[in-house]
Amino acid sequence: MAATSGAPARPHEFLGAQVRWHPLEIVFWLATLLPFVFFPSYLSLASQIAIAALFALSLDLILGYAGIVSLGHAAFFGMGAYTAGLVSKWGWGEPLSLLVISACAAGLVGYATSFVIAKFRHLTLIMLTLGIGLLLYEAANSASWLTGGADGLQGIAMWPLFNTFDYDLWGYTAYTYSLIVLFVIFVATRRLIHSPFGLSLRGIRENSVRMPAIGAPSESHIRTVYTMSAVMAGIAGALIAQTTSTVSLEALSFDRSADVLVMLILGGTGRLYGGLVGSIIYMVARDQFSGVNPQYWLFWIGLLLVLVVMFLPNGILGGLARLKLFARSKP
Amino acid sequence: MGPFVAVMFDGFAYGMLLFLISVGLSVTLGMMNFVNLAHGAFAMLGAYVTVTLMNSYGWTFLATLPFAFIVAGFASVAFEQTLFKPLYRASELDQVLLTIGLVFMAVAAVAYVFGTESQPIHIPDYLRGFFTIGGANFAVYRIFLVVVALAISVLLIAGLEYTRLGAQIRAAVDNQRMARGLGINVDRIFAYTFALGSGLAGLGGALAIEVVGLDHSFALVYLIVMLIIVSVGGLGSISGSFVAAIVIGISDTAGKYYFPYLGAFLIYLVMIAVLMWRPAGLFGRR
Repeated sequence: MAATSGAPARPHEFLGAQVRWHPLEIVFWLATLLPFVFFPSYLSLASQIAIAALFALSLDLILGYAGIVSLGHAAFFGMGAYTAGLVSKWGWGEPLSLLVISACAAGLVGYATSFVIAKFRHLTLIMLTLGIGLLLYEAANSASWLTGGADGLQGIAMWPLFNTFDYDLWGYTAYTYSLIVLFVIFVATRRLIHSPFGLSLRGIRENSVRMPAIGAPSESHIRTVYTMSAVMAGIAGALIAQTTSTVSLEALSFDRSADVLVMLILGGTGRLYGGLVGSIIYMVARDQFSGVNPQYWLFWIGLLLVLVVMFLPNGILGGLARLKLFARSKP
Repeated sequence: MGPFVAVMFDGFAYGMLLFLISVGLSVTLGMMNFVNLAHGAFAMLGAYVTVTLMNSYGWTFLATLPFAFIVAGFASVAFEQTLFKPLYRASELDQVLLTIGLVFMAVAAVAYVFGTESQPIHIPDYLRGFFTIGGANFAVYRIFLVVVALAISVLLIAGLEYTRLGAQIRAAVDNQRMARGLGINVDRIFAYTFALGSGLAGLGGALAIEVVGLDHSFALVYLIVMLIIVSVGGLGSISGSFVAAIVIGISDTAGKYYFPYLGAFLIYLVMIAVLMWRPAGLFGRR
């Protein structure tokens, strides 16, 4: 939003103004600690939300900033989850190194597919992301000797965090762990998108043909950011495998890709906090309505999508920003 | 030799079915660049019209088919005029989100009204059974499918080639601006095309019940197959959809017969390979 409030004279000042933390951001992150005090019985839900938020943040990086619409982002989430699950099954369950291993595995797949992704736009791109996601799902489904197929992965054995903090029933460890990972990656992402590289990503989103003309190679930038996003999604997947000790095909499914897209759209794309806010609202609502038949839950998700597209084109955060502008314009 | 011919024929019949369901999506995508993921929902609507008319009102199968076509066609125009029109100039993401939202709502609504179980259907006796020729079995229903689909394809292609409306549709797909400049009412042509395409999807959905079954998830499951056919065949190309539907139909059927452990792997692989080789599809020009 700093972009609209007057143009600073020099590029460094412009970027510097964006990097500064807004008081609301500090309030937001302090508020993430509230569940420890007020909702101790919902800590495992809170950890699920933190993981979903990380996954949504990874999608925001490519969708909101680089303009790559993906219907198959669960491929990397599932890749991370299966890597963490499998490596722990083979006898190495140390959480932090598992995060790194899973991030590398997802990043490798991301880097390999990014060569395809960077070449295409529009419907072809959407179809390719969808196809790659489905392909990985089917591959995991067929390779049941490795993944356990439809029954899910058996024999996951995660070690306690730092050999001291075990995953308790209440989710203290799980939430603390997920929240810290989310925060660290969020700060890194925030720095990234306010860097010159982040600015050129936004340029690519607006016009990928013109960017090379001013010295920003679109294709290699897209490859880089797509790999980064895959790494983040892989970490989110590894976190879910570690905190719940279960990995199933669901982690790779189209539903998972659609869910994360809905969360991000609901919150607002290209705003960093969009995926975070969206995942909080989405997950809390799903938890509250969990008594309802999942088939009917789908109806409300559908209605929500239709309403957001028609009335809130930039999600909840976009709507709030417009309200703020509106309030300021007529004092 | 016998099983091979039979598998090929089954695949071909399945492909014809897929062609009926997806041809409308291809033309509307090519004309308006509108990514209508709700297309499968209209196919599902047609199928449920047939099921309801047969099971609750005792109609015969063949008599329900025109109604599947008409109801799906009219319903689609209602949506087109109210919800889709404002989004023609919007981004693909918005179009994808709105229409997939409609699919979710359709799936949930059907689950609410009809339940989640598979819908039974009793086709008339003269469409059951099979012929055996040279050791290969040909199911009567699949022969019926192929005949109907081929007849419709011939009608479509001839209509597009030799009628005034057909010429206007071709003009609008080729160059929408130029067509408008020549005084063609592209919006109205598009509404007709949309209704026709969705009607065909409804008919295809009704015909598909006997082959692939019908439950509430139909719109989502076949959405992916439809998108694959459209993107492989090329947007706006009827002959492209025809070829792509046959390729996908045969590779899916043959894949399930000869490599059952691969599942749907094969058709996704075919799609990715074709798109990487020709991003605009086999017959696409853009």
